[in-house]
Amino acid sequence: MSEHGVIASIRNVGHWTTNAVLRLGIATRFFTLTLLHSGTSFRRPRLIVRELYFSGVLSLIIILVSGLFVGMVLGFQGFHTLQTYGSESALGVLVALSLVRELGPVVAGLLFASRAGSAMTAEIGLMKATEQLSAMEMMAVDPIARVVAPRFWAGVISMPLLAAMFSAMGVFGGYLVGVVLIGVDEGSFWSQMQSAVDFREDILNGVIKSFVFGIAITWIALFEGYDAPPTAEGVSGATTRTVVTSSLVILGLDFILTSFMFRGQ
Amino acid sequence: MERSTLDVWVGLFVCAGIGALLVLALKVGNMSGFSAADTYRVKAQFDNIGGLKVRAPVKSAGVVVGRVSDIQFNNSQFRAEVTMSVDKHYQFPKDTSASILTSGLLGEQYVGLDAGGDEAMLKDGDSITLTQSAVVLEKMISQFLYNKAAEGNTSK
Repeated sequence: MSEHGVIASIRNVGHWTTNAVLRLGIATRFFTLTLLHSGTSFRRPRLIVRELYFSGVLSLIIILVSGLFVGMVLGFQGFHTLQTYGSESALGVLVALSLVRELGPVVAGLLFASRAGSAMTAEIGLMKATEQLSAMEMMAVDPIARVVAPRFWAGVISMPLLAAMFSAMGVFGGYLVGVVLIGVDEGSFWSQMQSAVDFREDILNGVIKSFVFGIAITWIALFEGYDAPPTAEGVSGATTRTVVTSSLVILGLDFILTSFMFRGQ
Repeated sequence: MERSTLDVWVGLFVCAGIGALLVLALKVGNMSGFSAADTYRVKAQFDNIGGLKVRAPVKSAGVVVGRVSDIQFNNSQFRAEVTMSVDKHYQFPKDTSASILTSGLLGEQYVGLDAGGDEAMLKDGDSITLTQSAVVLEKMISQFLYNKAAEGNTSK
């Protein structure tokens, strides 16, 4: 009895592994197809604009509000810690660097995955379940060119913009708490921040990070939707997988990118 | 009709995103800062630069007058060669001395310039000969202990 259990669990591991490799292969082919069919969506920018509205504009509120609050919390916590060393004037540096380098891209990416990524998966999964994608193919319209590629480019464009807004809002939140509420000297808050934050090293690297996260999130969301079993259960499972997988991928990619970008410092 | 309002929102969104990037670049970063000004380069050799880094400030009388642009090891003299970019608005005499100082107890290190009395001014590519190295805590402590031990021997 127990022997059977052991064998079954080993078999499960094998099945899970081959399945994961297979899905990764399909996902890569899907990604290449999306890139190859992107020409249509660039010739018809209207399609991208429409998706920018759904994935970008509608994510604005959650991004801006979370950015503000993350910045305000950083202001409180940073002040509390820096006070022990008598260097409250470095509060601006702490808030700006942690937002621009890490929190901006990563938290904005996590929010984007759960706000826009899940919506993309659900939409495409339902399109597949209600056979809209098959109907398109019947009319000789390529669903990848018409449905997938515009969403992909909209996600890739909006992610860096959202991360930049998140960081800017966070710095403003840190300023509100640090300078307006607690009373850190305004001059040293901004001047120390400006002398410590480098445009290429910090801000551009943050933008590159958010760009990479944008590609990863939209790729995962679109693939999960496109690959979802055409049932209610399948779509709900795919939506969950989108959020879980893209969150893990963001954190893993963030570690890799950070170790490349900030190694020698 | 529905589409045009959608376009307006997307336009606003993209503008806000680019605006946020500009704010980060100009207000948070130092794009607007010192680097844009005209500078001249001055070299100085130190026995030990401690923890000095590229882009550390160069100060005179507490005012930032430039930045460290390059740090090299001079293999013929076995000393550290620090290149500084100093703002053209600030001219210093030839016999100006440079020392590596620390802001606060645990703060960042910077190069301090003390003006001399020479008539001629430093030009682009000149070197500062009077330099003072960074204070290395371990050396100071060992010197202190050594002196203490020496004192103990003589008093016996």
